[in-house]
Amino acid sequence: MKVIVCIKQVPDTTNVRINPETNTLVREGVQSIINPFDVYAIEEAVRIREKHGGTVTVITMGPPQAAEALREAISLGADNVFLVSDRAFAGADTLATAYALSCAVRKLDGADIILMGRQAIDGDTGQVGPGVAENLGVSHVTDIRKIEEIKDGRIVVERLLEDGYARIAARLPVVLTVVKEINIPRLPSLKGKLAARKAEIPVLKAADIGADLQRLGLNGSPTQVMKIFTPPKPSGGKKFTGEPAHTVSALLSELTAAGITIRKQ
Amino acid sequence: MDPIRVIVQNCVGCGLCVKACPYDAVALTGPVGAREGKPSAVIDLGKCTLCGACVEACKRYGAIVITRTTYKGQDVTKFSGICVYAEHRLGRLASVVPEIIGAARELKKDLDEPVSAILVGKDVREHASELLSYGVDEVWMIDNPGIGDFDEDVQSELVAQILLEKKPGIFLGGGTVVGRSLLPRVAAKILTGLTADCTELAIDPATRFLRQTRPAFGGNIMATILTQNHRPQMATVRHKVMTPAVRVSSPTGKVVELNYIPVPKTKLEFLEFVEEKTSTVNLVEADVIVSGGRGIKDPKNFELIEKLAMATNGAVGASRAAVDAGWIPYSHQVGQTGKTVKPKVYIACGISGAIQHLAGMKGADMIIAINSDPHAPIFDVAHYGIVGDLFQVVPELIRRLEAGG
Repeated sequence: MKVIVCIKQVPDTTNVRINPETNTLVREGVQSIINPFDVYAIEEAVRIREKHGGTVTVITMGPPQAAEALREAISLGADNVFLVSDRAFAGADTLATAYALSCAVRKLDGADIILMGRQAIDGDTGQVGPGVAENLGVSHVTDIRKIEEIKDGRIVVERLLEDGYARIAARLPVVLTVVKEINIPRLPSLKGKLAARKAEIPVLKAADIGADLQRLGLNGSPTQVMKIFTPPKPSGGKKFTGEPAHTVSALLSELTAAGITIRKQ
Repeated sequence: MDPIRVIVQNCVGCGLCVKACPYDAVALTGPVGAREGKPSAVIDLGKCTLCGACVEACKRYGAIVITRTTYKGQDVTKFSGICVYAEHRLGRLASVVPEIIGAARELKKDLDEPVSAILVGKDVREHASELLSYGVDEVWMIDNPGIGDFDEDVQSELVAQILLEKKPGIFLGGGTVVGRSLLPRVAAKILTGLTADCTELAIDPATRFLRQTRPAFGGNIMATILTQNHRPQMATVRHKVMTPAVRVSSPTGKVVELNYIPVPKTKLEFLEFVEEKTSTVNLVEADVIVSGGRGIKDPKNFELIEKLAMATNGAVGASRAAVDAGWIPYSHQVGQTGKTVKPKVYIACGISGAIQHLAGMKGADMIIAINSDPHAPIFDVAHYGIVGDLFQVVPELIRRLEAGG
């Protein structure tokens, strides 16, 4: 079984704070991490290898410093990593990113299963997975919470939906995006950490992956950001302090006055 | 040539661009520019995503330019109309559909172009009349027993074919699990732009382009996005944000059957759908949600949240901190990486209000916060707040509710 995992290096937005005076992002001390959802994808790939044999290849498209994310992927169990990096990729939207990643996957002779997290926490689009699948001409299933079975070129998965889950079977090769429920990622092993430190990170440039330059980066991106702004800071409402008996009474009378009932009818 | 450049002789070294950059990619480390002793801006192309925030900030001096090779887009004048994707499964239209039609009808007021809906599936005729009742002008329908509810590969191919034939200028889908899987596939087929999870749509008065506004960075910043040279301009729309279309008393729209478009065979195999409709999990549709966060301290204490949920007939939610600690399953998580909810009342217990959490619940009609830290950011978005120990306040609230107060 050959598995390729596509990951993204992102700023750790859980540590992003807003400066209350200027209402702007405070960026100091914000580290770059592997997109949290992608860590689950790496873990799932390693589990597939443990069960079915084969290899786990992790790729990322990004600037040279994204090599750090790939080192971390090695420490988490990846056999091979590739950094897809070129100035020609700069400014790529999801369409151009999906195209570039699919070219890289082709260059690596494809895979049986291509895994990624359901979305990256900086852009929150979730659009790259289905885009990669379309470019490769293979099926995709998003929001996978469980891989039930892989047998005879067929995979059975559970897909998380708003009101339940669907069990779906697909033929390999397939692109799957995963949710956090799928596993509990292991911590990097000492051996893995050592391997990560020593590893050479191979770089694939636009010419290496045989990509059409017109479809890369800013030029290959139909969407353009016109404006970025910080949403206005909300001002807050009424706050009650004191003994619970008093504060709960105050809250309930406010609700009654506003015509709102929270009591079960 | 680099796609973004600083024109050193225009740069006064004011640093507005440094402040504006959300990616920390600009620094004042270049050669002295227009003002003596002031170093000019330098852009780190490794970090820059060409978002344009610095260009906007530098309008007055015009010292930063983004150069885009205009590439052969389509003749955008050949496209018109606002089309929505009529998502459905198991015999029901998705609850997001009336909302997208509502948004489309709002856009129609400014654009003066018809609203259409794409409906593909088996036995979907009843949905067509429902769509017309929401004021859709035309339903483009393929009704074929070969299209399964979960065959997204077939559905995306048919949607792409219909878009190529009918040439709407705008195509909108729901920001649902299915919408966010199907529309990217369609966009990759027809090579156009797609903006995810928009919370605001408007027509640019000058260019008549669709202005697609969405949160990024977990709601820390908002971005307005345009698709200038490609059609249709595609967007998914966040569930529970747009006002649903009001039903029209006598629908005047018509159904156009496109059954001559061949239906390919699916490569996917749908096995079963398992509904998880316990009152505590169905967060997206709940009127009241009671959520617990880090302040709950122990998984056992979630019983208290459940009790309050019972007393209010509400669903149980949780912050990422509580889910990551393993206190409650992921399906309860509200926030950027969990569910987006819009209940009538949201009661946040022991939740500090990290921006990621706020991104998922600030659309609630009313927010009530209970937290011991009077400075917790949750109080900034709450309509009512109680500062106090949730282990005292929540039992008191339950007692009063059960007593009929």
